[in-house]
Amino acid sequence: MKRDSAGVAAKGQLASSRVSSARRVSTLLYANTKLRLSLLLAAPVFWLGLVYIAALLALFVTAFYSIDSFTGDIHPDFKLDNIASLFTDPLYFNVTLRTLGVAILVTIVDVLIALPIAFFMAKVASPRLQRILVIAVLMPLWASYLVKAYAWRSVLSNTGLAQWLLQPFGLATPGYGLPAVVITLGYLWLPYVILPIFAGLERVPNTLLEASSDLGAKTWTTLRLVVFPMLVPAVIAGSIFSFSLSLGDYITVNIVGGANQMLGNLVYTNVGTANNLPMAAAVALVPVVIMFGYLGAVRRTGALDNL
Amino acid sequence: MKLMTAMKLSALALAAAVSLSGCASSGGSSADGMMSKLGDNEKTVSLLGWPGYAESSWVAPFESSTGCKVTFKSYGTSDEALNLFKSGNYDAVAASGDLTLRLIAGKYVQPLNTDLMPNYANVYSFLKNRSWNSADGKTYGVPHGYGANLLMYNTSVVKPAPTSWGVVFDKSSPYKGKITAYDSPIYIADAALYLMKHNPSLGITNPYSLDATQLAAAVALLKDQRANIGEYWSDYLKTQQSFQTGNTVVGTTWQVIVNAMTKGTPVKAILPSEGATGWSDSWMISSHAKSPNCAYQWLNYIDSPKANAAAVEYFGEAPVTQDACQYMTDKNFCASYHAGDKAYSDKIWYWTTPIANCLDGRTDVKCTDYQAWTKAWQEIKG
Repeated sequence: MKRDSAGVAAKGQLASSRVSSARRVSTLLYANTKLRLSLLLAAPVFWLGLVYIAALLALFVTAFYSIDSFTGDIHPDFKLDNIASLFTDPLYFNVTLRTLGVAILVTIVDVLIALPIAFFMAKVASPRLQRILVIAVLMPLWASYLVKAYAWRSVLSNTGLAQWLLQPFGLATPGYGLPAVVITLGYLWLPYVILPIFAGLERVPNTLLEASSDLGAKTWTTLRLVVFPMLVPAVIAGSIFSFSLSLGDYITVNIVGGANQMLGNLVYTNVGTANNLPMAAAVALVPVVIMFGYLGAVRRTGALDNL
Repeated sequence: MKLMTAMKLSALALAAAVSLSGCASSGGSSADGMMSKLGDNEKTVSLLGWPGYAESSWVAPFESSTGCKVTFKSYGTSDEALNLFKSGNYDAVAASGDLTLRLIAGKYVQPLNTDLMPNYANVYSFLKNRSWNSADGKTYGVPHGYGANLLMYNTSVVKPAPTSWGVVFDKSSPYKGKITAYDSPIYIADAALYLMKHNPSLGITNPYSLDATQLAAAVALLKDQRANIGEYWSDYLKTQQSFQTGNTVVGTTWQVIVNAMTKGTPVKAILPSEGATGWSDSWMISSHAKSPNCAYQWLNYIDSPKANAAAVEYFGEAPVTQDACQYMTDKNFCASYHAGDKAYSDKIWYWTTPIANCLDGRTDVKCTDYQAWTKAWQEIKG
């Protein structure tokens, strides 16, 4: 008994000293707001700064270097040649236009498909069905990107599912080319567009819809005047995903794009085949610049709060 | 082809690395870095090569007979291999002709003493001391395997049966949208080879040695072809599938793809009348090899009949010695790959790195280098 109580007392002492040191730290942090904040932010700032921003800066700087064509060594002297050829060489202009066109088309297709699905999920489906639908929308993300792209390659082939379905109507599969790229990318990024729109719709209170109908508005009027204005930020948030992911893609176009190339392919061949990292960095800046422009334009809409 | 060569290259690098790690053991070398005698084997050897160039079925017997533990790294393109090999971590590399000259010029590899590799004596003489594996009369690489870029066509669609590359270069081709071509700058040589035979006024004598005018002519031909291309390929499963579904009916291929076709696919592959481009891959040893003795053992081993048979049959290319043929599991292998057929080999223009100093001996002009070809290739694809 005695020994036990002594042990308990010792433990109590130990615990209280631990508590007191923890309390000291906690008091210190409570009193010192700046210290608390810098400790909290240290890890994320390190990650963002070193891994993300520094990498982007390195990319930017590399774009001004040049390369020795025979040995493949990079010369770190500041030249504008790479950036200049982005503007003067018709190759880069054409490929940029093609990539932009694909990204815009993919985004439009995705938003058109996502709107009714998200509306049904948020406003019509029962809570149980809603959960099932969310899982169904997310499920394609569980499968590998490559598997899905190759699946579309086989669907769109001359002997594939698309041909079999369309033949009775006198139509044919689009085959491999830009239409196939839009279809495949549209499929791949659809979940990323549905989810923000669904989240945005859930935030529209049902009472607003009821009030609108109480005031005599028909379904379409309610959609047009009440729902859509509130949805714009969510749609833009979704479009950022499909647009930026399409801008950088090079694998899908390789698999189903026929002989076409996009910006990503130019980066890839400059790194892999040409061994010209500076030119690859210069090409990689193009989508970065486009995205900066796009994000700057949508910042005012409040869409960034919905990401 | 390029992919295949890259695989080989990485194996070579691995071998080079092995030799580096062996420095501790004795071994003599002369002033130019060539080994004069072999010392004790080091414990490890590091090889770099194309995927499939160092598989366990022939690496394991090598390890147990020499005591050299192999580490192998594979690469996807010759350019990737160059970057990896420059790191100095590899004792030997299996390099295609579009890489070997760059390795030799950069002094990344050492001249080889072929007397130290008894199996080298049996290698087909038409593969020895060629422009892609030797320089200044010195041997830098021992052959691993070789093959040609063939013309494959769908026999039920492409009629009459083609005998010339003209079928893929015809501007008003009836097979528009169903033609394929190899997706690499080195494919420009295929167009140059066609022009060499059909447009003699251009004066092309070597498809890897093009001055600016000749390159422009080849690029123009390829830009016309671009309109008829269904897709380019570099992944051989992709082109195999395209031929099987009928999305592609004619274009460049490798023998290994022909053999892999599903039974009943109506395709045939030929070596057209103009000849063809091709690859002949070589194992080379790093000039800073840590295990030079093990690397020499590996180079000797890969040309031994059994090991060479296993390696080339796995990859799908012709072996480098006649003795290898008896060890093939497929008894028709050597016949189907035309192993040792010198007349067949002479029709192949093996991949060689285009460099500014013209390979055909011209000194009055500058030739276009690989970087110019890469830029041109991007423009062709548009």
